[in-house]
Amino acid sequence: MNDQTPTHDERVAGLKGLGSSRKRVEDARFTQGKGNYVDDIKMAGMVYGDFVRSQYAHARIKSVDSTAAKAVPGVIAVLLAADLAPLGLHWMPTLAGDKQMVLADGKVLFQGQEIAFVVAEDKYALADALELVVVDYEELPVVVDPFKAMLPDAPVLREDLAGQTKGAHGERVHHNHIFRWELGDKPAVEAVVADADVVAEEMVYYHRTHPCPLETCGCVASMDKINGKLTLWGTFQAPHVVRTVASLLSGIPESNIRVVSPDIGGGFGNKVGVYPGYICSIVASIVTGRPVKWIEDRMDNLMATAFARDYWMDGKIAATKEGKITGLWCHVTADHGAFDACADPTKFPAGFFNICTGSYDIPVAWLGVDGVYTNKAPGGVAYRCSFRVTEAAYFIERMIEVLAIKLNMDAAELRRINFIRKDQFPYNSALGWEYDSGDYHTAWDKALKAVNYDALRAEQTQRVADFKAGKTRSLMGIGLSFFTEIVGAGPIKNCDILGMGMFDSCEIRIHPTGSALARLGTISQGQGHATTFAQILATEIGIPADQIVIEEGDTDTAPYGLGTYGSRSTPVAGAATALAGRKIRAKAQMIAAYLLEVHDNDLEWDVDRFVVKGVPERFKTMKEIAYASYHQAIPGLEPGLEAVSYYDPPNMTYPFGAYICVMDIDADTGVADIRSFYALDDCGTRINPMIIEGQVHGGATEAFAIAMGQEIAYDEMGNNKSATLMDFFIPTAWETPHYTTDHTVTPSPHHPIGAKGVGESPNVGGVPAFSNAVHDAFRPFGLTQSHMPHDHWRIWRIAEQLGLHG
Amino acid sequence: MKKMHIELTINGKQVETLAEPRELLIHVLRERLGLTGPHIGCETSHCGACTVDLNGKSVKSCTIFAAQANGATITTIEGIAGPDGMHVLQNSFREHHGLQCGFCTPGMITRAWRLLQENPTPTEEDVRFGMAGNLCRCTGYQNIVKAILAAASELNSAKEAAQ
Ligand code: FES
Ligand code: FES
Repeated sequence: MNDQTPTHDERVAGLKGLGSSRKRVEDARFTQGKGNYVDDIKMAGMVYGDFVRSQYAHARIKSVDSTAAKAVPGVIAVLLAADLAPLGLHWMPTLAGDKQMVLADGKVLFQGQEIAFVVAEDKYALADALELVVVDYEELPVVVDPFKAMLPDAPVLREDLAGQTKGAHGERVHHNHIFRWELGDKPAVEAVVADADVVAEEMVYYHRTHPCPLETCGCVASMDKINGKLTLWGTFQAPHVVRTVASLLSGIPESNIRVVSPDIGGGFGNKVGVYPGYICSIVASIVTGRPVKWIEDRMDNLMATAFARDYWMDGKIAATKEGKITGLWCHVTADHGAFDACADPTKFPAGFFNICTGSYDIPVAWLGVDGVYTNKAPGGVAYRCSFRVTEAAYFIERMIEVLAIKLNMDAAELRRINFIRKDQFPYNSALGWEYDSGDYHTAWDKALKAVNYDALRAEQTQRVADFKAGKTRSLMGIGLSFFTEIVGAGPIKNCDILGMGMFDSCEIRIHPTGSALARLGTISQGQGHATTFAQILATEIGIPADQIVIEEGDTDTAPYGLGTYGSRSTPVAGAATALAGRKIRAKAQMIAAYLLEVHDNDLEWDVDRFVVKGVPERFKTMKEIAYASYHQAIPGLEPGLEAVSYYDPPNMTYPFGAYICVMDIDADTGVADIRSFYALDDCGTRINPMIIEGQVHGGATEAFAIAMGQEIAYDEMGNNKSATLMDFFIPTAWETPHYTTDHTVTPSPHHPIGAKGVGESPNVGGVPAFSNAVHDAFRPFGLTQSHMPHDHWRIWRIAEQLGLHG
Repeated sequence: MKKMHIELTINGKQVETLAEPRELLIHVLRERLGLTGPHIGCETSHCGACTVDLNGKSVKSCTIFAAQANGATITTIEGIAGPDGMHVLQNSFREHHGLQCGFCTPGMITRAWRLLQENPTPTEEDVRFGMAGNLCRCTGYQNIVKAILAAASELNSAKEAAQ
């Protein structure tokens, strides 16, 4: 080293590695309109496909006449279930062990269901043809209420399952029943509830909603008949899984299928599943010999692909009179719609809902979930959530508030006395999880202090007095939420999708001149993987992030991985990246030892180089080592510098956080004005604080939407009442609140870099914060529970029912 | 359906194309003219992903027929950067992390570009109100607003320096 050698700190800064708010490499193309989303793909000879969809929620299809449609100039083909049947593709397996119609096979089970796939030369001819397909329906009785669906005389929805008393997850007790999932010690909980000082009981409903990414789902399928290779570009959050499914369904060898996820315009769970559009595009391309593009429009998206939630959660929480929780009982009626198309790990039919004991030390718990069919769209996906964790967090955070009312206790204090203590980690929950780490009391105290909680409560007390004295019509709510997430699915021993273990992967190539390429089994939909994974690697291998290219999403080049959802990219693929980097470094150390003529053990790693211990002027940088690995014969070592790692996580990760929302509510109009929103997140080691903050803003805004107005609603006839962006609430910049972010850092003990994942935390923690604020505003007037979404009308109705309108 | 001849000035260039009278401007831009910067998020005039600048106004290009735009001067996201590189707004969106998946970004920047010409010194409220026609599902808007305000002050300082 000499005077010119950059210092340790300068070299660290130059890497833009872990912890740096590195600007995103993706942005140059997106800000100039040069992204490459699926609808931007254009191929010679490409044609367009779209669906004729059911107008009815439940009907028998007597006939489909496509004669007039076929006569439209430019129309190439019309596919019906009967055309797919010989290939066995008129039905397809769902990720949840059920099956789903690709095209209506004799009947339709929800409004918007796919009946016919029309292929035409251009979009306008296609639209004309769709209008001309004549479907003759015979209406059948409709069930949209899961409780009514389970009545003995309810109409039979799934005739294909007649006589099947066993489903993918055990016994079916009724013709519209899908599964029963039970965990915990029921007799023990019932005994606790029977003897408790205090028991709070409540039915908590988390309504049906939809991930609604700004880009809808779509694909381009191209079958090259000459070399027998099928290429499928599309909005896939899990491209490798799509390849495997496509191979299993079509019989085309996996080696002859290439699945590519180009840029994806947001996913939020919407793009995990396999949809009829993909299957029909593939078949149409095989049939017509031309590339076929299918892009759903917004109405199709909101009606047919991947709803979320729709959980009726019946709870009992028992406690001592001092407020120590002694047991939790929960039964969920889960409305899955017409097919069970959840995208949960196979062994978890209700996802990780068994995290519903939350952040609290609850000695005994019982959970039962019954999945039910209704005449609604299939899905049940994890909308910015790790498999039903949002439902679980909402449930427990509402139950805590209801218990606080029952105990006449401050809800912040009730949480504090029940939190799992720092010294209890790793903590085994009553419903079977091993929480890896946490420090809830520190986070909670920091949050309460940051918002000046005591002053807020004093202000609220004054406000209630003023309201009662007729001095104001405005109420004030303080929404508390403390959540524990469970993400990073997951250990192969208990997590798989269609039998494939939920590992993930990273493959690294160091080029001779010292830059690098890394490929992963995940796929970014806006999370900025190309930026952050390079940062993880930069710190591991000492090559500046700016010289590391990250590639994902092309199954011909990327190593097999299970994709991006459930905040699993950082916990799983991020770990694979760090470990592959460590393999590179291990080989680099041997090369450096040879070059420096010392023993491996005489070297130590220093940011971007191996240095001979105690002799700082003798070193080899990673760049020099990379060059040597390709240019010099090194005894006992293969040339080149590459590594691959497939990572099977030993446990899930458990990010947590404390969110507090302050809201002013006009009792006469029902308008809620979010005054402030404070979000403290602990996602373990922080890779890129700028991106973390952006994830929190975005997730909290989705939570705001869900809690305050967003809903997929059906009428009694099964008509979807919310299938346009006019009716489905997406907040604009105008009504979206301002967020204050904060953090604590409790690294995951089992993750190679201690990271836990963050993308979904703000949605998981945000919904209870907003909803609890609404409830809290009315608590002094006797409200215990009112279902979301809390739109103006529903809030007004609460005030009306409580007699606040005089 | 019989096609009509449409002439436009797009991003400073004269272009002509044939299109059916019922074709939406966004479809003509994307499908016939190869301008895939403006995106489609709804086709019902709610999301703003298709925003372009038409004769000096922000227009959701799924709202009008290409035929109605005949003879118009249009700027799309592809035309926002100048000969010396990215526009201040484009850099500012990157600098302040005003985008994630990038799908809303072309419409956002094209709209903000017009907003800052309509009102070069907006307050945060002005920006939030002026951008309310453009939906974003990823960012929660906070950093978009920040990026636009920062771009406004940068453009204003540049203007002052030039005077
Ligand atoms: S596509 Fe034009 S406003 Fe949504
Ligand atoms: S960045 Fe994804 S919609 Fe705005």
